Amino acid sequence: MKDNVVIIGGGIAGMEAAKQLLSLGVKPILVEKAPRLGGHVASWHRLFPDMTLASDIIKRLEKDIAGANIFLETSVENISRKGRSYNLVLSNGITVNAAAVLFATGFSLFDAAKKEEYGYGVYDRVITNADLEAWMNGKKDSRIPASPATVGFVHCVGSRDIKAGNTQCSKVCCTTAIKQAIEIKERFPAAEVYCFYMDLRLFGKKYEDFYIEAQKDFGVHFVRGRVSEVGERIDGSLQVKAEDTLSGRPLRVGVDLLVLMSGMCCNPKAGALASSVKLELDSDGFLRSRDNVYEINRSNLPGVFYAGACTGTKTVPETAAEARAAALEIYNYLKA
Amino acid sequence: MTDFGFSLSKSSVVDIDRTDTALYRRLCELDRTAASCMSCGSCSATCTASSYSGMSLRKVLHGLQRGEDVRPMLRCCMLCGKCTMVCPRGINTRHVLLTIAKIYD
Repeated sequence: MKDNVVIIGGGIAGMEAAKQLLSLGVKPILVEKAPRLGGHVASWHRLFPDMTLASDIIKRLEKDIAGANIFLETSVENISRKGRSYNLVLSNGITVNAAAVLFATGFSLFDAAKKEEYGYGVYDRVITNADLEAWMNGKKDSRIPASPATVGFVHCVGSRDIKAGNTQCSKVCCTTAIKQAIEIKERFPAAEVYCFYMDLRLFGKKYEDFYIEAQKDFGVHFVRGRVSEVGERIDGSLQVKAEDTLSGRPLRVGVDLLVLMSGMCCNPKAGALASSVKLELDSDGFLRSRDNVYEINRSNLPGVFYAGACTGTKTVPETAAEARAAALEIYNYLKA
Repeated sequence: MTDFGFSLSKSSVVDIDRTDTALYRRLCELDRTAASCMSCGSCSATCTASSYSGMSLRKVLHGLQRGEDVRPMLRCCMLCGKCTMVCPRGINTRHVLLTIAKIYD
C-alpha cells in the first residue's frame, strides 16, 4: 500500500499501533515530540499488578517498530484536510500527505503545584508519583529522606476536582498509590505508610488483590478522607490534615515524605491541533470519539483515528488493546 | 478559681503521632486477617447486638487504630458469629474479637 499513515505520538499507543500496522504490511510514519520513544510509561519504573519493568515493554516495542519511519524531536505544526486525505506539516520542515492519521497524543500529567494547599514546590519533602518513579529508576532526589519513618500518599491530586478543571477520575492512581506504598515498604520496612483516599477504585485484574496484599502483608494504613492541607514543621517534616471520615473526626499526622498522586489530564496541545482540523473535543477536554461505547477509536472525520489516553484516562493494557484495534481499523479503512 | 462562665471543649482531633496503636499492632500479629478490614460495614449491619448497643466490629477495629478504648463495645458482643458469615474479606471475626479481649487481659 502506498498510502501514508501518520501516527502522532510515540508513547505506548503510537508504538503498539505502529507495530500492528507493520505486521499488516503498512509502514507508518511515527512522529514523536520528545527525543525518545515510550512517552510517560518510559519514565515509570514498575507497572501494576505484576511489577513488570516498564523499560522491558518499551525495549520490546522499540525493537518491533524498527521498520517504521520514526521522527523524534518532531511535532505536528499543522493539519489540513484535502478531500479524503490530510496534509501534515511537521516541525522538521517535511510535509506529509496522509490517507489516515492516528492520534496517539496521550495525556498530560496534572501539575501538582496547582494544588497549593499540598505544598508541591514549596515544601522540601513533597513529591509526586512521577518523581517517585524517577527516583526508583535511579535518579537522585534530595527531597526523599534516607530513612523516612512515615510516608503519606495523597490520592486524587487534580482528579475528581472541578476547581482543578478535572471532573474525571484518573483511574490508575489508586492502584499506583498501592503499588508505590508497597515499594516504599519494601525499601523502608520500618516506615509507617498512610494512603489518604476518598474511595479506592480498584477495577482491574488483580488490583483488589494488590490492596489486600498492601494491608495484610505490608501493613499499609488506609485513611478515608481527602487531604485538606499540608504544613511544614520546624524540623522539615510535614503535617497532613484530613478528616477521618470513618469516625467523623478531624485527623492529623506527621510524615517525613508526602507523595502526591497527580492524575491524568487531557493534553491541551493535542486538543489545539485537533480543533484546527475540526476534530471535536468531548466535555472533559479529551478528544471526542464518534461513540464512547462502541467507536472509541473513531473520530468525527473519515481517516482520523484515536488510540489510548487521548480520548480519556487509560491503563497500559487498555491503551495497548485500543492501539491494536485502531491499527486494524486503519488497515480496513485503507483497503476500502 | 473565678468562674467566668466559659469552658474548654475537648479536642476531637485524631493525632496519629500521639496515638498508641500497640494493641492494634499486637492484634495484627496474632490474627493477620484483622489487617484486611476494608470498613465495608457488613459485620455491623448484620450484628444482632448493634441495634440496641451500638456494637460494631468495624468501629472496634477502627477504634483500635485510633487508640480508643473499645472494651465497652466488645462487651456487647454475643459471639453469635453472623459477622463471620458476611465478611467479604474472610476475616475470622469471632477469633478477632476474642483475641482483642485476650490482649486487654
